[in-house]
Amino acid sequence: MCGIVGLFAKSDAIADRLGEHLSRMLVQMNDRGPDSAGVAVYRDPAPDGAAKLTLQCEAAGYDWGAVAAGLKAVFGGDPMPQVRDHHAVLVVRAGAAAAQAWVREHHPDVRVMSAGRVIEIYKETGLPSDFAARHHLGDIRGSHALGHTRMATESKVTTLGSHPFSTGLDVCLVHNGSLSNHNALRRMLRREGIEFHTENDTEVAAGYLTWRLREGDSLHDALLQCLDDLDGFYTFAIGTADGFAVFRDPIACKPAVMAETDDWVAMSSEFRAIAVLPGAEDARIWEPAPATPYIWEGARV
Amino acid sequence: MATSAAIEVVDLAVTPLRDLNQRLHDLAAGAGPRSWRVVNPSGAHNIACGLDADIEVVIEGHAGYYCAGMNKRATVRITGTAGQGVAENMMSGRVTVDGNASQAAGATAHGGLLHIRGDASSRCGISLKGASIVVEGSIGHMSAFMAQTGAIVVCGDAADALGDSMYETHIYVRGTVAGLGADCIVKELRDFHRAELAGLLEQAGITGVDVADFTRYGSARNLYTFKIDNTY
Repeated sequence: MCGIVGLFAKSDAIADRLGEHLSRMLVQMNDRGPDSAGVAVYRDPAPDGAAKLTLQCEAAGYDWGAVAAGLKAVFGGDPMPQVRDHHAVLVVRAGAAAAQAWVREHHPDVRVMSAGRVIEIYKETGLPSDFAARHHLGDIRGSHALGHTRMATESKVTTLGSHPFSTGLDVCLVHNGSLSNHNALRRMLRREGIEFHTENDTEVAAGYLTWRLREGDSLHDALLQCLDDLDGFYTFAIGTADGFAVFRDPIACKPAVMAETDDWVAMSSEFRAIAVLPGAEDARIWEPAPATPYIWEGARV
Repeated sequence: MATSAAIEVVDLAVTPLRDLNQRLHDLAAGAGPRSWRVVNPSGAHNIACGLDADIEVVIEGHAGYYCAGMNKRATVRITGTAGQGVAENMMSGRVTVDGNASQAAGATAHGGLLHIRGDASSRCGISLKGASIVVEGSIGHMSAFMAQTGAIVVCGDAADALGDSMYETHIYVRGTVAGLGADCIVKELRDFHRAELAGLLEQAGITGVDVADFTRYGSARNLYTFKIDNTY
């Protein structure tokens, strides 16, 4: 069992309090996934020619200033670290690939959680409600966000095994379910040049989407291709720079509910995570059909 | 102390769910309010499960998983949507959902009536064992999977794999069926079935729907368990 939440703001009122809403939704999913929690929020685009990185190190009081100084010396600009608990967001005047490569080479103890222009990923082990408080999710403004609470089945409870999984620039994946052919798929994808850092099945699904999108598939087509290539159970939520998508396997035994008002679109594993949103009682509520991509785009980032 | 005519209101934003369910269970043994209103359900699981009394419970809002599960005798109405497994294993009584129901609505239910005014999601009436399910909207894929007895009435459409591996449940669908499951076929709508269907529509209070517009689906009885030659 795991919990998924997603929120897409259609009004400034929701965008202004996105993190607060997200946090309340996540806490509702505490008992679906007490092992670890994570969120991807889309906000504050980096300027043209710059990349936004979310970095993480489990050592308390990590010297993010030293990382920023190093990045500044190489690429210029002034990457001021925005720190949330063990995470720091830095905007680097460089391409995302070059910035990530520099961090990995010079700070091997630091993990790159996400890279792109708008995405920020925060994830760690521990109870979701503690996670939300520690990371001050409540003060985040943004256009859309995904969250996940994990009850591990396929691999270890670690920060890297937590969701969301970055699947390329500004794209991420959260998953409720389990995949049974992930070892074979991982071998195939490694031959295609996709990197993996864990034994986790969801990371393979994320890598699979990265690969399909790299090969030129639209998100819609990449999701439909999952029907042929992924063996297992899944409800996926995928975050993109300007929206999010929901996709369920053909059996669809992993729960998902969607709701929409004039102010927001939300998805979750259960209605109780949606019930905390303003106007939820009068929302249009439905269950996404199996094997059918649902995609919302045009976020006001 | 409330009289029998008074409506007992329970606010789940204040009252723990276990307290509500315990109070409802206590009614099986004796006196107490016969009419209940539950407010602020907020998608909580297991609301009004295991009732066994001639009472009426109205849940104002959206219910989570297994609402009114194992119901006996009671009349339960959910004014919003219901999560998965609404009225699962119901024995008797009546459960109404004004909105949509999630998957496995009425699963394994033995008796009583489950009336869904909106749509029901996948696996509606899975392993049905005698209850009646009336859905005013459409039902999702794999509905009536291994359904044994009882009846399912669908005023809208049915998604793929309807009635897969089913036994003797009567399925009536007014709209289109995306696909039939293994061993499920179209069957003749005889007078007996017309009467049964008309009775179920009437019980649900549905008017203006012509019985003749429905198609009956049932088992071809070709699967393993139906073949006498396969017995030991």
